[in-house]
Amino acid sequence: MNIFVLIKAVADSEATIRPAADGKNVKLDDITWVLNPFDEYAVEEALKLKEAAGEGEVTVVCNGGDEVPKIIRTALAMGADRGIHVNGPRSFDALSIAKSLVNAIQGKEYDLILCGKSAIDHDNNAVGTMVAELLDLPSVSFVVKLEKTATGLKCEREIEGGLLVVETPLPAVITAQKGLNEPRYASLKGIMAAKKKPLETIDAKSGEVQVEVIAIEPRPPRAPGEIIGEGVDAVPALIKKLREEAKVL
Amino acid sequence: MAYKALDYYLIEDLLTEEERMVRDTVREFVTDNLMPIIEECNRTARFPMELIPKAAGLGLLGAPYPEEYGCANLNAIAYGLINQELERGDSGLRSFVSVQTGLVMYPIFSYGTEEQKKYWLPKLASGEKIGCYGLTEPDFGSNPGGMLTRAEDKGDHYLLNGSKAWITNGTIADVAVVWAKLDGEVRGFLVEKGREGFEAPEIKNKFSLRASVTSDLIFQDVRIPKENILPGVKGLKGPLSCLTQARYGIAWGAMGAAMAVYDEVLSYGKSRIQFDRPIAGFQLVQNKLVWMATEITKGQLLVYRLAQLKDAKRMRPQHVSLAKRNNVGAALEIARVGRDILGANGISNEYQTFRHMNNLESVNTYEGTFDIHTLIIGEDLTGIAAYT
Repeated sequence: MNIFVLIKAVADSEATIRPAADGKNVKLDDITWVLNPFDEYAVEEALKLKEAAGEGEVTVVCNGGDEVPKIIRTALAMGADRGIHVNGPRSFDALSIAKSLVNAIQGKEYDLILCGKSAIDHDNNAVGTMVAELLDLPSVSFVVKLEKTATGLKCEREIEGGLLVVETPLPAVITAQKGLNEPRYASLKGIMAAKKKPLETIDAKSGEVQVEVIAIEPRPPRAPGEIIGEGVDAVPALIKKLREEAKVL
Repeated sequence: MAYKALDYYLIEDLLTEEERMVRDTVREFVTDNLMPIIEECNRTARFPMELIPKAAGLGLLGAPYPEEYGCANLNAIAYGLINQELERGDSGLRSFVSVQTGLVMYPIFSYGTEEQKKYWLPKLASGEKIGCYGLTEPDFGSNPGGMLTRAEDKGDHYLLNGSKAWITNGTIADVAVVWAKLDGEVRGFLVEKGREGFEAPEIKNKFSLRASVTSDLIFQDVRIPKENILPGVKGLKGPLSCLTQARYGIAWGAMGAAMAVYDEVLSYGKSRIQFDRPIAGFQLVQNKLVWMATEITKGQLLVYRLAQLKDAKRMRPQHVSLAKRNNVGAALEIARVGRDILGANGISNEYQTFRHMNNLESVNTYEGTFDIHTLIIGEDLTGIAAYT
């Protein structure tokens, strides 16, 4: 089973994000780049499907700049077989990213394309489904359980108060939601093997960037709290404020 | 609060991508698997055996040895970083890995027959078998050459008699690497669990290394097959060369414990308010924090250079003595000073510094005490041995 996994390098969720001097980008100096957690589920699922099939290859594809090779090697250390670095600027514009990823995989043989349901930085929830659209493939998003059937895949999606079970033929594009699996750690042997695995770099062909970030603004500071009084005597005033100002009662 | 490792001199920049990945994998493994349970393990004196299959799956056992034996073939820096990250969690888990890797797999790898290597190394790497190392005896600690444990050649087998003390993993081990005198010469033997006359009772009620198994080994007329001797080494050089490997890991590990303490104490100092300001703003506390950070930075640079020497095959045992002595001594003092900064809270099990402090008391003693390392280096510098 040949599987392509679309992955993204994102800032570590513990990093402090600050706007850069231009006010449109994020300050990147102190950022530790990590594999987007939702893409980790996608990589893990691809590895499990390949292991279950007993044959095939897992190829990871990642768009971005210098931060990308390390992220690809993280996926290779987990067990993916090869990587493609689509070298181009990071962008908020999901369609241009989807196009550059499609350009990297078009014409290649694959049974399945997997990716995280979203990246934790821009949170667009868009690239996976756009890739499906561009390749004219069926798409199931936010998948929490995946099962290979004789003709395709049975997928479970969480919906309000229950589960939605859908079936799709292959090839298809599946986006991974938290709960799909427990991603493995990169083993030490995997880390040592990763540097010997093929990592191809191609130039991004994204076409026109249409959606652009024009400003990143920090949240306005929260208004300071107010001490109304102390003890039981303060309760009536508090209730009055909650009712009339906060309007929560 | 997430662990933040001190790296004042940007040693990160000296590491290769693989070395960083190894470190990050072990750090994450410790954060996810050991940190949630270590307080309970320490309190109830329980070794977290359930983590061993996962640790072995990651390749943490026998990491420096070749792939043909099921190992990851890591360089000295990456192996050092494994020790650092494990001991950031607890000295007990690091001790387990040190013993398995440096004291059990190393002598089999270095002095064993091809059959012994092929049989034992993959099983020890996968965690299917656990090993322990019997050198220290109740009456012979710093002076192992005086050991009383004896092996006799009985023609078709050896007969082993004697006892060993303070043996990490003893009770849970499937095989013991035992050093005993055969015709007055120190030799290594592989003694499997279950051989008649071999017992390994656990030493209970320890103040230190509570999340680690420590045992006595007792041998009463234990028949050892001839093929269980390690043919490749004779004399004290055998056991001492193993200690060099383990001490190397300890020198890295001690910095991990010190970094854990520093991280906890720094964040406490910045949030603990006395006299209307964080205590980290007081000169006396800053003096302590600066001293801790300085000692950690020195220790980190020491083991980094030691690793380079090891990979270049230029490391001498005395180089390891200097790093083990300095880094464990510093880590122990850092933990004591850290405990002081934590005030009364420092004696509560809500904080980990006291646990590290208690563990480091053992680490300062085992694998050559602080004082013995002083004498080893002293002899190396002056050419005069102070202990004979």
